[in-house]
Amino acid sequence: MKIKHLAIPAAMAAALALSTPPAEAGKSDDTLTWISNSEPDNIDIYYNTLREGLILGRHIWDALMEIDPKTGEFQPSLAKSYKWIDDKTIEFDLREDIVFHNGEKFDADDVVFTLNYLADPNNKVKALSRTKFIAGGEKVSQYKVRAKLKYPFPAAMQYFASVIVIYPNEYYAKAGPKGMATKPVGTGPYKVTEVTYGKRFVLEKNENYMKGGPKTPSIGKLVFRRIEERGTQMAELLSGGADWIWRVPPDLAQRLDGRKGFQVTQGETMRIGFLILGASGKAGDHPMTNLKVRRAINYALDRDKIRKTLMGEASRIIHAACFPTQFGCIDDNVKRYEYNPEKAKALLKEAGFEKGFEAEFVAYRDRPIAEAIIGQLRRVGITAKMTYLKAGAYRELRRKKGVEIAFGTWGSSSINDITAIAGNWFQGSSDDNAQDKTVIDLLNQGNTTDQEVRKKVYAQAFERIADQAYWAPLFSWVYNYAYVDELDFTPSADEIPRFWAAKWK
Amino acid sequence: MLNFMTKRLFVAALVAFTVSVIAFSLLRLSGDLATMIAGEDASAQDIEIIREQYGLNKPYHLQYLDWLGDGVQGDLGESMFYPEEVTALIKDRLPNTLTLAGLGVLFAMGLAIPMGVIAALRPDSWVDRTALTIAVLGQALPGFWFALMLMFVFGLFLRWLPISGNETLAHFILPAISLGYYSTPAVMRLTRTGMLEVLNSDYIRTAHAKGLPTFVILFKHALRNAIIPVVALSSVQFGNMLGGSVVTETVFQIQGIGHLAWESISRNDFPVVQAVLLLVACFYIVLVLLGDLLNAWLDPRLRVT
Repeated sequence: MKIKHLAIPAAMAAALALSTPPAEAGKSDDTLTWISNSEPDNIDIYYNTLREGLILGRHIWDALMEIDPKTGEFQPSLAKSYKWIDDKTIEFDLREDIVFHNGEKFDADDVVFTLNYLADPNNKVKALSRTKFIAGGEKVSQYKVRAKLKYPFPAAMQYFASVIVIYPNEYYAKAGPKGMATKPVGTGPYKVTEVTYGKRFVLEKNENYMKGGPKTPSIGKLVFRRIEERGTQMAELLSGGADWIWRVPPDLAQRLDGRKGFQVTQGETMRIGFLILGASGKAGDHPMTNLKVRRAINYALDRDKIRKTLMGEASRIIHAACFPTQFGCIDDNVKRYEYNPEKAKALLKEAGFEKGFEAEFVAYRDRPIAEAIIGQLRRVGITAKMTYLKAGAYRELRRKKGVEIAFGTWGSSSINDITAIAGNWFQGSSDDNAQDKTVIDLLNQGNTTDQEVRKKVYAQAFERIADQAYWAPLFSWVYNYAYVDELDFTPSADEIPRFWAAKWK
Repeated sequence: MLNFMTKRLFVAALVAFTVSVIAFSLLRLSGDLATMIAGEDASAQDIEIIREQYGLNKPYHLQYLDWLGDGVQGDLGESMFYPEEVTALIKDRLPNTLTLAGLGVLFAMGLAIPMGVIAALRPDSWVDRTALTIAVLGQALPGFWFALMLMFVFGLFLRWLPISGNETLAHFILPAISLGYYSTPAVMRLTRTGMLEVLNSDYIRTAHAKGLPTFVILFKHALRNAIIPVVALSSVQFGNMLGGSVVTETVFQIQGIGHLAWESISRNDFPVVQAVLLLVACFYIVLVLLGDLLNAWLDPRLRVT
């Protein structure tokens, strides 16, 4: 493994030295080829949970509303407007001039069909984390529809304006899930012309996309390919076989940056990193149940140094247990733990651990960051013994037995509302390693559509979480994007590259 | 002979069954399928719902028996991820792996046999040493690094060959070189040893005495005899390449069986893993069985075992 870590950068350096600027590029044939390291095994957005599936889905289908990535405001899409009827009902006024890629006309029946389909457990939808709150749909008139929720869910509009996309009811009745997986039909800015699993997906500009819609496309054709190996991805980009790649490791991004014919951009994402400190004692009687120890760990971390060295300048330090743009992520009065190893040592002494202690440390990704954290903890006397697990095993261990310290990250499924993070980690679920009744109660009070009440209780909840040091929040994650310099592309924090908004220069 | 064949077939079926049970148990021990299906940001509650919906809350032995019951009727089930039948997936991927392994063996033999012959003609000379060094490098170089180097030189710098994918035969050239080069030392050494032995035999001396040209002696008389064990070895190498082409398939993004197995293991897609393992195990079982039967046919003394 170590040889591989050394060999790949060496091979990359050789590639950069050998290569010439791209011989052919996508602009000449109006085709943008993007390569990613994973491929959705089912292009149907509700039957895959992969980021790439979500991205393709957002290009093929439309949601009822759309979120403006710059302002966070809701824009009209399939619906002209929406209003909350009560805590569990939202009414949408639909546009009357929209057709699906196959010519089928869009109306309330499509919305009702989609929502009822998602609510029916017999359909075994895989993307449950995005759909589980839906109870069904109700037709009011041909262009007016109501979405029913299973429980009060104030963040629902975030989902209805992004990941809850609408399917054509007549086509789906005929084609079924298998048909949608091979010949998908939507209303989105791109229509699918080729689905070859394991090889490529081809999307072409939808000339009949809704007039004045929020996702009006510019580039004529998108080709998606999966290549797992970073070296191969880079070779394809350099040779003109690809126009756009992402998640480029920082060292490779630096080498490529400034090279003729290419552009490298760094973009912050909604994913944040943190240490989960086992305050509830689920894993037994260990030092993490002591508040002073948890605070000491927070003071022991030089977040800024790790961030700059291993993540990149576009990343930012996180103080509250949420991503700053999320609704309800209020960190004004949240306790801030600056880097202060002396204070950390003093707190450990007060807690009776003057000579330090050994702690279990579980991680599943970003090993270099985990190792840097362990090194900093060692400086204040905490010897963290790392167990590095597969993601599934890591989650199972944390949820069933609890752990002393776990290194985690969370992308909130790109939902810009704190329910997507605090709801999972601090509201009493098996992921909640604090099980603090005060915090749970405050978050439960936030289950209302009264936005002012939500802001107030969430601010209190995050104050309490930081004061009790249930987590040691770290920083936001960033992605490096590398692409041909004739492409005009802007990354967004929700990890959804908007190719419909990209243009050739 | 019939009794011998029945015994061997029974053992082969037992091996296939054991492989399937071990594969199922190992996959179940290594992680939770429901967690993989639910995705990275799924809550514990989401995972429990998925577990119930997909019947993954049943006891393990019942899940296995369900799969086995369908399997013996020829229904290997559906992938937990791909919207396809497992048999369709394998049918789609197998030709790529067969092409890759076939070309890999051809490359290995095409390089190693001439080098073995040349080395045998000048044993312990610089020619012998150079041929051995070229061959041994194939095993010494890390496969993925060699693959990346080939890609950069022939795909990126010279732009002679495509870098990744499996659309045309040209896409298989670099992967086949990368895969075949690893097998070169074994084939080369066996050719060299065989040739050295044959070249010192009486009938070759007789051929020289008869005044036959060296080329004819080498390729018509010597190589034909020396190559018999090499052909047997190459078939074993072919088997190894079928099951062991994961790295090459991943680096060059060839959608083959090795890549499918690796991908399915990493996300616990057990119907696919089971089917691929059974397929590869069956390849080996058939090869070994054929070998046993051939040996037994040639040497009746072996039939008593």
